[in-house]
Amino acid sequence: MNLRKGVNRGLITGLAMSFVGGIGMVTTFNNKLLIDPILTMGYAVLFGIPFVIALISTKRVVLEGVEVEPHGAGDVLFGAVIGLVGGVMTALYVLLINAVDLTETFPNMGPPTVQEMTFHQDLYVGMGLLVLGTVVAATIGGTVRLIPERVRQSLAQGLLWVLAFAFLELIVEDIFEFAKVVTQFIYAQNGGLTVASATVIFIVSAALAYRFRGGASVLRQRLVGTDERGRSFPTKLALLLIGVGVVVLPMVLGGVVNELLINVSLFMLMGLGLNIVIGMAGLLDLGYVAFFAVGAYTTAVLTAAQSPTWNPELGWWGALAVTMVMAVIAGIMVGTPVIRMRGDYLAIVTLGFGEIVRILLLSDWLKPYFGGAQGIRGIPGINIFGQRISGVDPQLFIYFCIFFVGIAVLVSYRLLYSRVGRAWAAMREDEDVAEATGVGTVGAKLLAFVTGAVLASFAGALMSAKIGTVFTNSFDVLVSIIILVVVIVGGMGSIPGVMVGALVLIGVLGGPRSPGLLAEFSQYKLLIYGMILIVMMLKRPEGLIPSARRSRELHHEELTQDAWLDKKGQFSTDQAEEVPV
Amino acid sequence: MTAAVEVKPTKTRRFRFNWVDSFLWFIRVAAIITIIVGFIGSIQLFLAGEGPTLQQWRDLVISSISQGAMYGLIALGYSMVYGILGFINFAHGEVFMSGTMVGYVAANLLFQAGMWEQNIVLSLFIVLIVAMSTSMLVAMLVEKAAYRPLRGAPRLIPLITSIGVSFFLQYTFAGLFGVGVRTYPALPESISGRVVILGVPIETTKLLVIIVAILSTIILWYFVTKTRTGRAVRAVAEDKEIAGLMGINVDRTIVTTFAIGGAMAGVAAIMWALLFRSVDFTTGFLPGIKAFTAAVLGGIGNLPGAVLGGVLLGLFEGTGPLLILAGLGIPAVSQLKDAVAFIALVLVLIFRPSGLLGERLGSEDRV
Repeated sequence: MNLRKGVNRGLITGLAMSFVGGIGMVTTFNNKLLIDPILTMGYAVLFGIPFVIALISTKRVVLEGVEVEPHGAGDVLFGAVIGLVGGVMTALYVLLINAVDLTETFPNMGPPTVQEMTFHQDLYVGMGLLVLGTVVAATIGGTVRLIPERVRQSLAQGLLWVLAFAFLELIVEDIFEFAKVVTQFIYAQNGGLTVASATVIFIVSAALAYRFRGGASVLRQRLVGTDERGRSFPTKLALLLIGVGVVVLPMVLGGVVNELLINVSLFMLMGLGLNIVIGMAGLLDLGYVAFFAVGAYTTAVLTAAQSPTWNPELGWWGALAVTMVMAVIAGIMVGTPVIRMRGDYLAIVTLGFGEIVRILLLSDWLKPYFGGAQGIRGIPGINIFGQRISGVDPQLFIYFCIFFVGIAVLVSYRLLYSRVGRAWAAMREDEDVAEATGVGTVGAKLLAFVTGAVLASFAGALMSAKIGTVFTNSFDVLVSIIILVVVIVGGMGSIPGVMVGALVLIGVLGGPRSPGLLAEFSQYKLLIYGMILIVMMLKRPEGLIPSARRSRELHHEELTQDAWLDKKGQFSTDQAEEVPV
Repeated sequence: MTAAVEVKPTKTRRFRFNWVDSFLWFIRVAAIITIIVGFIGSIQLFLAGEGPTLQQWRDLVISSISQGAMYGLIALGYSMVYGILGFINFAHGEVFMSGTMVGYVAANLLFQAGMWEQNIVLSLFIVLIVAMSTSMLVAMLVEKAAYRPLRGAPRLIPLITSIGVSFFLQYTFAGLFGVGVRTYPALPESISGRVVILGVPIETTKLLVIIVAILSTIILWYFVTKTRTGRAVRAVAEDKEIAGLMGINVDRTIVTTFAIGGAMAGVAAIMWALLFRSVDFTTGFLPGIKAFTAAVLGGIGNLPGAVLGGVLLGLFEGTGPLLILAGLGIPAVSQLKDAVAFIALVLVLIFRPSGLLGERLGSEDRV
C-alpha cells in the first residue's frame, strides 16, 4: 500500500465532496428519495465519490512483463485511508462554512448545506457521521476488487437495477397505472423505492445476472455486431418486437412521459443528423442548431396566421417541403465556405454561423419578418385527416416524431453502407489519401452538411408544430453542445449508440430548456453534461456503443498484436489513444 | 489529374469550372461590395448630420481600441496554446471568466474595508494579482486534469474535451457564486473622469486599460524572447520530441504556457471589470470566441499578431455596425455587434486563413 498515494487521493476525495456540497448539489438532490427512509440522491452522490475514487484507485495497471501486486488486505486499508483523509477534510470544510458566513459570495455555502451534510444532527455528531460514512464508502470501494469477478458483476448489476428503478419512478408508475398494487409495493408514499422493494429488486436482478452471466453481451453481439446483411431470424424477431413496442408504448404511457419522449425523439432526430456530419464524415459542426432554427422558423412563417409579414398559412406538410428546400440551401451556404477548413477551424466557424443566425433572428432588423424577441406565435399543429395535431395531445404527436426518427434511422443506415458512407469514412480517416484515391471530397462534405441540415430542419418543423411558438431562446449554442454530447456519449458514427445516448441523456437529464425525468437535475445538468464530455473523451472516446466499423478501425492493430500475445485476444477498450476522428 | 498522360504541356490551360471556388469568390466580391456601399451610405448619413458626431466617433474608436486590447490579451492565451499543442482551448474564455469572478470577490472585500475609495491604485493592483493568480491556477489545473492525458491524441479530441471543460467551469462558477449578475464597486471620482492627452480627452479607465495592455504585452514579449523559459516554450512549440531530447522538461513547459496564457486572461479580466463592471458566469463565452477570432486574425501562434488582431477586431466590431451596417439602412445596428465579430471571423478565414502576421503554412498544417 502506498500511503502517499492514499493521502493524495483522499485529498481529491475531500475536495470533490466539498465541491458537491459547495455548489448546493447535496441540498438540491436530497429532495429526491432513492430508497425511502434511508437513501436520498444527494447522499448517494456525496458518498458515491469516495466509493468511486477508491474503486478506481485500486485498479491495477497491467503492463507486459511486470509483476502485479495481487488484490488483498492492502486495498481495504488503502480505501480506508482515502475515506479517512477525504472524510476529515470534508468535515473540516463543513466546520468552516458553519463558522464563517460566506453566503454573500457563495450562496450555497450556508446553513442548509451544513445541515444536509451533518444529517440534521448536532454539528459535531454530524461531522463524525460524515467521516464515518466516507470511511465506510471508501473502504467498500477498496474491498470490491477482492470479491470474485462473477459475484462482483452480479452485485453491480443488482445495484444498477435498483438505481434504474429509483430513477424511472415516473415511467414505472405511468405504465402500471392500471395496477396500483404494483406501484404501491415498489414505491413509497413520498417517492423513492421502499426498503423491501429495493431489496427484492437487488436480489432478483443480482441472481439473474449471476445465472445468465454474459448472456446480454451475446445477445447484443447478435443484434448489433452483425452487418446489415445476414441478420438471423432471432434478430429479425427482436427488431419486430422493438417495432411493436415503439408503436404500442405511447398508448400505454401518459401525457407527461410522452411529452418527455417527444423531447427525446427531437434530440434523437438531431443527434442522428449530427452523427452523419460528425460521426460519419468527421466534420465537427458546433453550429448545428442553425439548421434546427431554419426548420422551425420556415415552418412558423409558412403556417402561422400571426406571422408578421408573409403568412401564406400553408398546411404543415406543404411547409415541410419548403423547409426541406430551405435546409438544403442553408446546408450549402454553411458548408461551402468551410469546405477547405479542417478540424478545429471548422468547429469555431460553424459555431459562429450558429450564433449569427440566432443574432439575426433576434435583431430589430429582421423583426418585421421573424418577430424578433417575441418570436412567431400561433403555429397550428400538424394537419392530417382533417385534424390538427399539436403538442396538446402528446400521445398522438409522438407518432410523427417516431415517423421522422424512423426516416432518419433508415437514411443513416442506407448512407452508412453506401458508396457515400464509405467515401465519408475514407475522408474522415485521411482527407488527402481519400482525395488521391478518387473520392470527391467537396461533394461528399456538402452532402454530409445537407443531409444533416435536412434532418435538423425536420426536428425544427416538429418542434414548432409541437409548441406552437418559436423563440430565438430555443436556438442558442447550448443546443448544439448538447446534441454533440448525445453523439459523443452514444458513439460517433454509431446509429444505435446515438439513439440510446439521446434516450438516456435527454430522458434523464433533460434538454437545454426542457426538464428530464429527474427535475432535480435541471440546475446542474449543464455541469453534468460538461463532465460527461470530459470523462468520455478521456476514457472512452469511441462512445458507449461504438460503431462496428469504428471499433475495427480503432482496434485493428491491437487485435493482431494481442492475438499474437495471448490466445484470448482480450484487449482493453480503454487504450483508445490513437482514435482517428 | 491527367499529369501522367500529358507529354507536352499544352499552351492553353483548360478552364475548369470549380463551383466551390466560384462561390468563395462570390462571397469575397459580395463582402467587398457590401462594405463599400455601406461605407458610402454611412458617409452620406454623416454628411447629412444624422449619424454620430465626430466627437462620438472619437470616443467610439477609443473604447473600441480598449476593448480590442482586452481581446488581444485573451487571444494571447489561445495563440500560445495553439502554437504549442495545436488545438483550440475552448475553455480559455472560462479561464478569463474565473478571473473576473474571483477578482470581484477581492474588489468587494476591499470596498467593504474602505480601501477601494482611499487608495484605488493599490486596490486595483491587489485585484489584478488576485485575478491573475486565479486564472493562472484554473488554466494550470485544467491542463493537468483534462489535457495532459490527451497528449498526442488527434486534435479534435482535446477540442471536444475543452468544450466540456468550458461548460464544466461555467456551471461550476454558477453553482459556487450563484447565477446572478455581480457588479464591481463603482470607481472613485479620481479615476472615473477624463484626462486630456495631446488635446484629446480620454476616459481614464480606457487609458488605463490601453496602458496595461501595452505593458503586459511588452513583459510577455520580453519573457518569451529573452528568458530561458521563453526559449524553452518556443522550442517545445517547434518540436516537442526534439525539445525533450535537448533536456527541456516538456510537461513543465506546457504548464508554463498555460500559466502565462491564464495570467494574461487574468489581466484581461481586470480590464473587463474596468470597462463593463458587471460579471456573471457566462461572461467568458463571447469574449472567448472573439479573442479566438482575434488570434486567427493576427495569425494564430503569433504573439504580436494576437494583440494586433485583438485591437483590429475591437475596432471592427465597435465601429463596423455604425460605419457599414447603418449605411445600409439597417435599424438598431448595435444589436448586431456580435454578429459582425463572427462575420469577421468567417471572412478572415475565407480571405486569409493564415492571418495577418501568420506565415503561409503547408496544406497539412493549414486550418
